Amino acid sequence: MQNMLTIITNALYRITGRNVGAQTVSELLIGLSEYVSVTFPAVPDLARTQRLPPKPPPTPTSPPVVAASTSTALLVKMPAEPLARAAASRSFANFTPQMTFDIKKCDLHGLEEGPPVKAELTREQGLQYYRTMQTVRRMELKADQLYKQKIIRGFCHLYDGQEACAVGIEAAINPTDHLITAYRAHAYTYTRGVPVKEILTELTGRKGGVSKGKGGSMHMYAPHFYGGNGIVGAQVPLGAGIALACQYQGNNQLCVTLYGDGAANQGQIFEAFNMAALWKLPCIFICENNKYGMGTPVERASASRDYYKRGDYIPGIRVDGMDVLCVREAVKFAADHCRAGKGPVVLELETYRYHGHSMSDPGVSYRTREEIQEVRLKNDPISVLKGRMLDNNMASAEELKEMDMAIRKEVEEAALFATSDAEPPLDDLCNNIFKSDTALEVRGTNPWPKLTSVS
Amino acid sequence: MALSLKSVLRSGRNAVSVLQRQSFHRSAPAAVQVTVRDALNQAMDEELERDDRVFLLGEEVAQYDGAYKVSRGLWKKYGDKRIIDTPISEMGFTGIAVGAAMAGLRPICEFMTFNFSMQAIDQVINSAAKTYYMSAGLQAVPIVFRGPNGASAGVAAQHSQCFAAWYAHCPGLKVVSPWSSEDAKGLLKAAIRDDNPVVFLENELLYGVPFEMSDESQSKDFVIPIGKAKIERQGTHVTLVSHSRFVGHCLDAAAVLAKEGIECEVINLRTIRPMDVESIEASVMKTNHLVTVEGGWPQFGVGAEICARIMEGPAFNYLDAPATRVTGVDIPMPYAKILEDNSLPQIKDIIFSVKKTLNIA
Repeated sequence: MQNMLTIITNALYRITGRNVGAQTVSELLIGLSEYVSVTFPAVPDLARTQRLPPKPPPTPTSPPVVAASTSTALLVKMPAEPLARAAASRSFANFTPQMTFDIKKCDLHGLEEGPPVKAELTREQGLQYYRTMQTVRRMELKADQLYKQKIIRGFCHLYDGQEACAVGIEAAINPTDHLITAYRAHAYTYTRGVPVKEILTELTGRKGGVSKGKGGSMHMYAPHFYGGNGIVGAQVPLGAGIALACQYQGNNQLCVTLYGDGAANQGQIFEAFNMAALWKLPCIFICENNKYGMGTPVERASASRDYYKRGDYIPGIRVDGMDVLCVREAVKFAADHCRAGKGPVVLELETYRYHGHSMSDPGVSYRTREEIQEVRLKNDPISVLKGRMLDNNMASAEELKEMDMAIRKEVEEAALFATSDAEPPLDDLCNNIFKSDTALEVRGTNPWPKLTSVS
Repeated sequence: MALSLKSVLRSGRNAVSVLQRQSFHRSAPAAVQVTVRDALNQAMDEELERDDRVFLLGEEVAQYDGAYKVSRGLWKKYGDKRIIDTPISEMGFTGIAVGAAMAGLRPICEFMTFNFSMQAIDQVINSAAKTYYMSAGLQAVPIVFRGPNGASAGVAAQHSQCFAAWYAHCPGLKVVSPWSSEDAKGLLKAAIRDDNPVVFLENELLYGVPFEMSDESQSKDFVIPIGKAKIERQGTHVTLVSHSRFVGHCLDAAAVLAKEGIECEVINLRTIRPMDVESIEASVMKTNHLVTVEGGWPQFGVGAEICARIMEGPAFNYLDAPATRVTGVDIPMPYAKILEDNSLPQIKDIIFSVKKTLNIA
């Protein structure tokens, strides 16, 4: 079954250039639905007439991955049930409201104790994490599509594969906390509150974009979100400075400061580590290690690949970045540490990006397609969460499918707006140079036009 | 302190009336003599007091009282939270200062000299200057970068560069270069109150120089608007435009030239970016001759920009001769005194250039 899925997925990719990333029959059908009309007329009837209790999962053929606390059922990774059975078990009263999952133990540096090895997940949280990750996934894939159609230009660094990091972090912090990252920033722009529509419209360079078309992919901002930064590593001292402001203002807020495995070798990061530790700034430094700095694998870039230890005198934690619960628990642990005034923490999230470094990088000259496929099949963050929820009856495949369709629709509508919105007016060219009351004269390309800047 | 005749003459006032006033022992006006260092100190003290969000960070600014003692007494008064000693990590602490500004504070980031700002220039330009524009007005960066700029005495090439032209090249920055104590105080207060990134170029050799400060400038709300030049001395024959230390050189040269009947109008730019071109144009349209004077290198410098702007504007038609630039010599700064002295504009160079421009032997 898995092989069939892979074959069809690859064929679809070659035909359409679109990566359906199907792990299950449902996803494949969703992916196909763009090209053929796929409907299940029988389903609604089933839902109304057959209200059977959920079928117990089949006896495990491989060792169980996790243990459940409330039920004695063993959880096994398996493909999702066909739709008919899923529809039959669709009864909200029967959903498991909360489960405790075992999560991978984190490697620790300079810490006696680390994040817990069990994570609680409520149905609501699960659905919310799923929805957010899926929205990010579809938004990035849509950006890929628009870029190939040359509607998006310039830089476009996509985040698909790494969704558990952004979503897990946001789940662990408050909206009043602060976050800053590098250029692979679309997911964080979304989790920090900017609608998909404004993100895509910024990518297409229209006036409805979050930065009114002035910034593009790498320069999107929101309250308590400081972008989006194009210079590798520069965001790390900025993040430490934001943490300084939190400490100075005594507001119990903290700053999550992200950087990649490539940036981890930047000198200014160590300068920031030193000052953050010296002054006990409430800063969580997070290295998203996706194994490649552009085209250079970590083995060829770093003398030490233990990025969580790079803080030396700063406690460090290495985290499974493909598991949203693992990320959430680790960031919660780090946040508690910071808020207690103990100073910064360095986290390393081991993750993976499916796309190349940017849209101009096919991403297969320095790694194999097999490697990418393997991560997709075994470790995809959305699939991991989905499997957990379905296998424990925390959600039904059908409701997740409906969610997928709703997200797809939202992203489509956003893309439609992004491609049809007007470009920024030329009057706006010189605006927002300075924050001030008075208008400023700006020189144009030649001495005669008198351009003005207002803000 | 007794008013020095030199400082009075520099202020452009007529020597005779000053001498008359002194000899009749009239009660002197309530103006005081304040060094540039003290003026800067007062500015920071007043702004720290006025707004809790203002703080100072840099190397040796706190417990050492400042490498050049500009922040003397501030740490004692305001403590560790507001006056922060940093390790020797320009790129790191400049980024921290910019981040703090983004998150709601109003930092003053001191560079021990602007030569060291080169280590951090990415944070000044890419993180501070461009952000308000890139974010279409969502993210302001209210920060002041200050420190000594340009040549000092005997510190050789790596410690003597003038960065006025480099920073003034970039949209999104304001670049300010005070000369007198009043300039220093009023412009620093204005810079701290400004919601934008301001590069504040001081000069080490001016720190110890006393200037008269008016009553008005002793008020806690005294600010000098950024972007306006000042006519330090009225004249009719030639316009001398300068900034920072060389304004003094221009006034000295003007005093000498006045004895030969050449009346120089001396303009103190005060702000390099945005430049007050209108004041220069108005002056050139009156005097018909222009000489720019600066300590920086000639190529792509402040003087070059002034000349280009004059050519593009109405004042060009009033020029009776091409504009002249008096600049530092186009070499890295040497160490030996005789070499160093001859690497920077001297008063005789200004006098010579004025006479050449006026086509006088």
